[in-house]
Amino acid sequence: MATAIETQTVDLAARFPGIVSADSRPGYAGFMIPKENLVEVATALRDELGYDLLTSLTGVDYIAENKMEVVYHAYKTTGGAGIVFKVQVERVDPMEIPSLTHLWHGVEFQEREVWDLFGIKFANHPDLRRILMWEGFDGHPLRKDWREPFFEEEVKPYKSRWPEGKHTFAEDKNIFHDNLKFPKDFDPEKYVVDKEEDLYASLERYTLKDEAGKMKTDHIVVNLGPHHPSTHGVLRVAVTLDGETVIGLKPVMGYLHRNHEKIGERNTYLQIIPYTDRLDYFNSMSNNFGYVTTVEKLLKIQVAERAEYIRVIMAELSRIQNHLIFVGMLINDLGSMYTPSLYAFEERELILDIFEAVSGSRMMCNYYRFGGVVRDVSDDILQKIKDLVFDRLPAKTDEMERFLNENEILVGRLKGTHVLSAEEAINYSVTGPVLRAAGVPYDLRRADPYSIYDRFDFDVAVRQNGDMMDNYLIRFDEIRQSIRILEQAVKGIPQGPINSQKPNYQIKAPAGEAYGRIESPKGELGFYMVSNGKGNPYRYHVRAPSFVNLTAIEKMCTGTKIQDFVALVAMLDIVMGELDR
Amino acid sequence: MENEKLSLPNYNIPEDMQDVVAITTLDRLYNWGRRSSVWPLMFGLACCAIEMIAAQTARYDMARFGMEVMRPTPRQADMMLVSGTVTKKMLPVIVRLYNQMPEPKYVVAMGACASGGGPFKEGYNVVAGIDKFLPVDIYIPGCPPTPQALIAGMIKLQEKIDKESLKKVRWYNKEKKDGNYVPMPILGPDLIDVRRNAEYKQAAAKTTEESA
Repeated sequence: MATAIETQTVDLAARFPGIVSADSRPGYAGFMIPKENLVEVATALRDELGYDLLTSLTGVDYIAENKMEVVYHAYKTTGGAGIVFKVQVERVDPMEIPSLTHLWHGVEFQEREVWDLFGIKFANHPDLRRILMWEGFDGHPLRKDWREPFFEEEVKPYKSRWPEGKHTFAEDKNIFHDNLKFPKDFDPEKYVVDKEEDLYASLERYTLKDEAGKMKTDHIVVNLGPHHPSTHGVLRVAVTLDGETVIGLKPVMGYLHRNHEKIGERNTYLQIIPYTDRLDYFNSMSNNFGYVTTVEKLLKIQVAERAEYIRVIMAELSRIQNHLIFVGMLINDLGSMYTPSLYAFEERELILDIFEAVSGSRMMCNYYRFGGVVRDVSDDILQKIKDLVFDRLPAKTDEMERFLNENEILVGRLKGTHVLSAEEAINYSVTGPVLRAAGVPYDLRRADPYSIYDRFDFDVAVRQNGDMMDNYLIRFDEIRQSIRILEQAVKGIPQGPINSQKPNYQIKAPAGEAYGRIESPKGELGFYMVSNGKGNPYRYHVRAPSFVNLTAIEKMCTGTKIQDFVALVAMLDIVMGELDR
Repeated sequence: MENEKLSLPNYNIPEDMQDVVAITTLDRLYNWGRRSSVWPLMFGLACCAIEMIAAQTARYDMARFGMEVMRPTPRQADMMLVSGTVTKKMLPVIVRLYNQMPEPKYVVAMGACASGGGPFKEGYNVVAGIDKFLPVDIYIPGCPPTPQALIAGMIKLQEKIDKESLKKVRWYNKEKKDGNYVPMPILGPDLIDVRRNAEYKQAAAKTTEESA
């Protein structure tokens, strides 16, 4: 059962008197650090106080106070509550704060994202380029004074649609009659296209210096993707090869950047839920879970008891189908085209049937609400879940393991490739099964329990070697643990209301901030929300596990063969919808 | 349905040859050969791609209609299934893939995003529908469309192929030499559709006048 968890956070202001001050704004927590002392304080946090996992980094544009803020969330891998620290800079270009990449490599992409979307520079960052948009894009989109071409009003619901519903096409309002925005006096014929020199220059640093007397070999740069059958969507990777060996690698993303955060900041709280479905589109239930948990933190409301059980059941079913697909797709990428995936999809369809029965949609469930869920689970659906959980899924998991685990090719390809040590995994802010396969038993359902996970009896799946084989096996371990949770949940589900709140379309959250996180099948799914007391979030940030886990790909791939890279992309279990948002 | 009319045999086939000889039109034969071997480009953009995969699996089995041979390279594909949100950053790649596909080629916009921007239309990096650049043959509604809806859309495409005539199709049209070549858009301060350069220049100049 759950162990007592240290909830006490350290008083950073007492540790650094005169430098660090507590964040005193109402509804806010954490500490303010002057940018000159950021590196010093962060080093102490990591090395003295034991906050070794810096999970989230994001920016907030406080335009009224003329400040830009960067918010950091650090946790201990031993579990417990985390610490929030913030750095503020004057909102005057150029803004610059020190980079923390040399302390935590995991912030590399997140710092690049803040540079791309907010225009805050990070001094001493090894490779500060735009990450989601392309080089040459005009402006930093998440700034509050930056408006998208189809801008209508600051926040929804738009007056033009309500209550008469007189809709005009967004194209008619834009001067270019399209989703476009050009600077004044822009001449397209004179525009010089970016040749991505910066990207290829960043690959240069891997180029091995030819030592005297040794054979000189040429390196070639290969671009995999964004259209490639094994990149799991629209990921692009620029690789420098020496023969077949990868000597340098840079992922390029943003090909599915759907502006989730900008749209989310215009939306009302309720309107965001269907958008979260489309983040990690394998696990809409988990995404809903993470989002409503965060907003409930902000609103400080309780969840109905029956709804808690329904939430856990749906989230765990979602985890099972995600891991099944993972296994199918991994083996697909290893060259066994389609047959194992067909087995995986067979079980997935049965789980999707349950989702469709409760929510009305197979994939985009839009099922969770603040304080509960939207519809009740009827007894016959519960019976279906019981049949699946008690009879079918355990047998089918065994069957898959029996077919695959000792397959010579599989073991030969997976065992010992792409080893990630526990220290490296933590340093790269890797979370989820990939971290646990490296030997760190860090599972948020145990380490920082949310919802009712502290009531269930289950083990945190953990493996020791951190290679591909362990990453593959741990998925089956997790499926078994999920089945254990499901068994207890379907037995213990009480009768009662499914929502503790009255239906409300215009929720107003009190001013303040909240960071909620759940253990999604891919890792820590976090939502950082800032409210200014109105019906829309002032800042809405998604800490996507795929995005942060991908930071480690460079480290894991360098020195291995290119064909193993394809398997590695499958192993990290990335989903582009969540990665690019 | 002029093809239906054309393939009605007006010839009287001698009785002893009726089991051996059938008369039809070249169009009908040509379309029959193509309709059940539409090879899609293996090309997933977003959420819809997952339903596209689901449509290929045992439960829905798109192979029944002869459309299961996903080709990873555009050179071997007949049909581009735009399955998901088209972003500005991805668009040049999609246009390039389309241009690389040999004729005859078809475009199917799967889902709300590919058809018209969908829920993400207001986003600054989203192209409001692939039909702003490529000629779309079939639109499939849904977010995402279920595998059944996808198969229904594919059958609609087959019906469209059935109606084509060798005399009229663009890929045998001598006047239209480059077929459906779409010029590559450029990623500038925003997405530049090179076909509309003059228009952009004019509008951008107007913004200056107004603000001055």
